[in-house]
Amino acid sequence: MAYTPDKPKLAESSDELRARIPGWGADLDPRDRPSVPQEIFDPTFSGAHWEFPERQPERWPREKSIEHKFVTPVFGTSCPPRGLSGAIRRYSYAKYSEGRAAHWLLLLAADRVDVAESVLRSFATLRPDNPFTQTGVRAERSHHGLRSRLGQNRADVVHHPLDPIIVAAPWIAGAGLAYALVRRLVRRKG
Amino acid sequence: MQAMVYRGPYRVRVEEKDRPAIEHPNDAIVRVTRAAICGSDLHLYHGMMPDTRVGMTFGHEFVGVVDEVGSSVQRLKAGDRVMVPFNIFCGTCFFCARGLYSNCHNVNPNATAVGGIYGYSHTSGGYDGGQSEFVRVPFADVGPSPIPDWMDDDDAVLLTDALATGYFGAQLGGIVEGDVVVVFGAGPVGLYAAKSAWLMGAGRVIVIDHLNYRLDKARSFAHAETYNFTEYDDIVVHMKKITEHLGADVAIDAVGAEADGNLLQHVTSAKLKLQGGSPVALNWAIDSVRKGGTVSVMGAYGPMFSAVKFGDAVNKGLTLRMNQCPVKRQWPRLFEHIRNGYLKPSDIVTHRIPLEHIAEGYHIFSAKLDDCIKPLIVPNAA
Repeated sequence: MAYTPDKPKLAESSDELRARIPGWGADLDPRDRPSVPQEIFDPTFSGAHWEFPERQPERWPREKSIEHKFVTPVFGTSCPPRGLSGAIRRYSYAKYSEGRAAHWLLLLAADRVDVAESVLRSFATLRPDNPFTQTGVRAERSHHGLRSRLGQNRADVVHHPLDPIIVAAPWIAGAGLAYALVRRLVRRKG
Repeated sequence: MQAMVYRGPYRVRVEEKDRPAIEHPNDAIVRVTRAAICGSDLHLYHGMMPDTRVGMTFGHEFVGVVDEVGSSVQRLKAGDRVMVPFNIFCGTCFFCARGLYSNCHNVNPNATAVGGIYGYSHTSGGYDGGQSEFVRVPFADVGPSPIPDWMDDDDAVLLTDALATGYFGAQLGGIVEGDVVVVFGAGPVGLYAAKSAWLMGAGRVIVIDHLNYRLDKARSFAHAETYNFTEYDDIVVHMKKITEHLGADVAIDAVGAEADGNLLQHVTSAKLKLQGGSPVALNWAIDSVRKGGTVSVMGAYGPMFSAVKFGDAVNKGLTLRMNQCPVKRQWPRLFEHIRNGYLKPSDIVTHRIPLEHIAEGYHIFSAKLDDCIKPLIVPNAA
């Protein structure tokens, strides 16, 4: 077909599609689509019985984006900031807006520090971190790990070998560091 | 109570945690009877989302039974079966008053660009999620709804995000009768978006992925025409060839931050965290849609920058539409479609995993083992 004003013809007409596909065209009229238009002013729709919600008590100073005027009246209380990672997080929230890459890069760095701190902390408990069981890699055996990948022409198989490296590298580096420290202490005593 | 807990990238386990408490008069505590792992949970699991803290419980798709309510709750009582939208929202802020529940300004102190989401890092408000025996549900008079008697938990849990999001994505495409719609990604959201495109009168629905078992599902569940991008040198050229070299009228990105198809993009984002997400599917959508067409973005991306082909979008005069889905707005119409037999949400469920095997559940879903499309989580207390 040359480049003409016409829309290319479809293989099936609307009547044929309606006959073949359950519900075809049920929402043909945009007025039947619940998010058309996306913005509809109706402050009574939600069922809220407040104009501004009562404030949730702040049990510790809640970190907030500097783009906000105040701590929102309701917020999550999972995992308060603690340790070095907590200090990095608090600094990132206090200093940089969401528009700055530094804000997000600091938060990502804090996430990695948090993992290291948590692993160390776990060794002081009765249930230390176990990188083997926590990765769920046992499912490779029970859920056809090889058969799911081999001969499937999957685009993701090429980077799957990176995953165990990402998991294991910090543990190997940590073990190496601990070994070096112990050896230095032993030599100093000797 | 037992709860899934994040321990670091690619590592989760079940721990004993304190049962959540009422922290605000309009809170409810819900005993979870069914949860799910969402594709976007994998971005947290892989350590891509900034401010994902060790100890957090993930899970923004869940349903359950009300166990306790705060002093100001009027619409729910203990014992009610409820479905909970993944958005936490106040109902009355500037954005909620305009129906933008996913953009509520009163629930996330950590960021203004994101609303509140259960179990989705502190970037989304720092709320623990529903892959757990119990969960705190803020604004109980606004978010949750009773599950209709005729609906089972497996269908209801899919209405809390995946189905609503796919349906919303098709709406943002502005589909008119006879449109050619191409959906990138045959995961749960892509399958539902493809199915929804027909409801809106699409004349042709095409689904692209690299997993043959998911493309099989796209054909059987969503009646779609499918293509495996690994079988083509350049999937964009193929899209042009099959659309008389014009392109599709509407393209939907149902993949998001960990898209495959370009190793450099994938590794720099998903592995090295140098981008907010791998925009391979989004770039393919931009290049596959016709000039003047619409791209609807339902894939989740992180808050950092991504290497998006914005110049092509400008030069083609595209309309780019996107948002987190305001779930509760979709429910009344979706209930009708389910009752009429047009949609059966749980048809895409492939795995039901006990909460205590959550680590294996994440690995199966992440590595796409065992033809996994949608895993549900079943807590012990269910």
